Amino acid sequence: MSQFLPQALLEYIPTAVQIIYILTVALFIIGLKRLGSPATARSGNKLASLAMFIGVAVTLFDQEILTFEYIIAGVLIGSAIGAYAAKKVEMTAMPEMVAIFNGFGGGASALVAAGEYFRIEGVSLPGSDLLTMCISIFIGALTFTGSIMAFGKLSGKVTGNPVTFAGQKPLNALLVIVVAVLSLWFVYDPSNLLPFYILLGISLLLGILFVLPIGGADMPVVISLLNSLSGVAASAAGFVLNNSLLIVSGALVGAAGLILTNIMCKAMNRPLSNVLFGAFGSEATGLAGPAAGDGSKSIREVQPDDAAVMTAYAQRVVIVPGYGLAVAQAQHTIREVASLLEAKGVDVKYGIHPVAGRMPGHMNVLLAEANVPYPQLYDMDDINPDFEKTDVVLVIGANDVVNPQARSNPASPIYGMPILNVDYAKAVIIFKRSMNPGFAGIDNDLFYLPNSYMFFGDAKKSLQSLVSAIKEL
Amino acid sequence: METLIFNLFIFTLACFVGFEVISKVPTTLHTPLMSGANAISGITLIGALVVAGSAGEFTGTILGFVAIIFATINVVGGFMVTDRMLEMFKKKEDK
Repeated sequence: MSQFLPQALLEYIPTAVQIIYILTVALFIIGLKRLGSPATARSGNKLASLAMFIGVAVTLFDQEILTFEYIIAGVLIGSAIGAYAAKKVEMTAMPEMVAIFNGFGGGASALVAAGEYFRIEGVSLPGSDLLTMCISIFIGALTFTGSIMAFGKLSGKVTGNPVTFAGQKPLNALLVIVVAVLSLWFVYDPSNLLPFYILLGISLLLGILFVLPIGGADMPVVISLLNSLSGVAASAAGFVLNNSLLIVSGALVGAAGLILTNIMCKAMNRPLSNVLFGAFGSEATGLAGPAAGDGSKSIREVQPDDAAVMTAYAQRVVIVPGYGLAVAQAQHTIREVASLLEAKGVDVKYGIHPVAGRMPGHMNVLLAEANVPYPQLYDMDDINPDFEKTDVVLVIGANDVVNPQARSNPASPIYGMPILNVDYAKAVIIFKRSMNPGFAGIDNDLFYLPNSYMFFGDAKKSLQSLVSAIKEL
Repeated sequence: METLIFNLFIFTLACFVGFEVISKVPTTLHTPLMSGANAISGITLIGALVVAGSAGEFTGTILGFVAIIFATINVVGGFMVTDRMLEMFKKKEDK
């Protein structure tokens, strides 16, 4: 756009652009800060999008930009797809959506780094620039395919079970080494594009291999990590372009993703390395036998009428929602149950485990969509002391996060994971489709406790029958 | 080499800023924070603009063009869906 400006101004443009970039970065930081507090979150998001708009608009004045056909077409197509997806997506599908967006961000960064080589005929570039180019393509391409795999697993298009094969870890390690060697080859002879293309291919492959062995229950960690990587990819592209705005913004996102990854790992009491390389729930099932004697395992079923009496005449009820609630789209029905109980004078709270749902904070979003009042939502640490004073706990579509094995059975793969201590309540009603074990594939001792009642069926239908039973009381 | 060191320098500082700014975010906001941060990572769009618009070799232009589409999906979709989620929180507080 600089060609439309008077000649006298031209020499000031690069400086002006850089100064506005500094402003953009400042707005991003303030925006992220505001996103961290409920009262200011919405304005923070608006501020960040304003910053993005300013950054993009001012870049159009870059003197290297000569043609606008592709820019206009690309922005129009991208905006249309992005806006359509953002409007249409179901809140339950949020994790898939964030995963695929991460992939687009990472893919874009890899394309920018590769495109830069062709733009400036990279043969003449110094070695350090070529190396950052390779790193950028590696991270971006890996994020791209890794995110697509995560999307596939979350949306059920690819099996949510860990996929493992012999020699998986050595193969991955070998491929990473090959990438390093190829990078050096490319730096040594940048006119030869062969190592460049092989590097791109292996990076794409590694993204798939990296997510393949990770089970469905670990998806909150994977999404957080991919989110972080998409930021690092943008930052790496910034190194290639020598663009400080990209470097700083990417680093901010990288740090944010890493913090969330860490929170998720803590909530599952497992180090990151174990999530990524442990292939949780595949070989572990065998050794996680029941803690109690196996012959004595019996369960009790409960009918809607009895469940209605138990809850309606209770003083305190805690609802523990899990991902099964979201799958059954039952968040509105559980809200109805809660309202009915409250009308009868029952004290109703929701206990939310940090990894409930398929991404960090997912359950809170789902319950917000169903208009559950925010003050009724309690984090794990706040609700746990209350269970002993609770008459009835309704566990809906949650399994591993309420499994007492995490406290009692050192042989269990989930041993040490912080759980909601629902078994301390006077009675627990578990809404479940069948006796199948949860995502982690571990038997749940909770189901066999004397104060537990199973309510079999689709979560939404079960809750609807509970609603009508309570109404009839 | 000097620019590389300089870039690493600001990268390191930005990481620390990121950690400071984002730690201690309540659980409720984890999902919006992630999708908002995700949108910000679409900042790579400004690199894509230069690559696509500088009328260099055609391969570069095409790569830049695809990068613009990807990055714009990321930016527009990310910010819009974050706003949609935060609006839900808002409605509920008013009640």
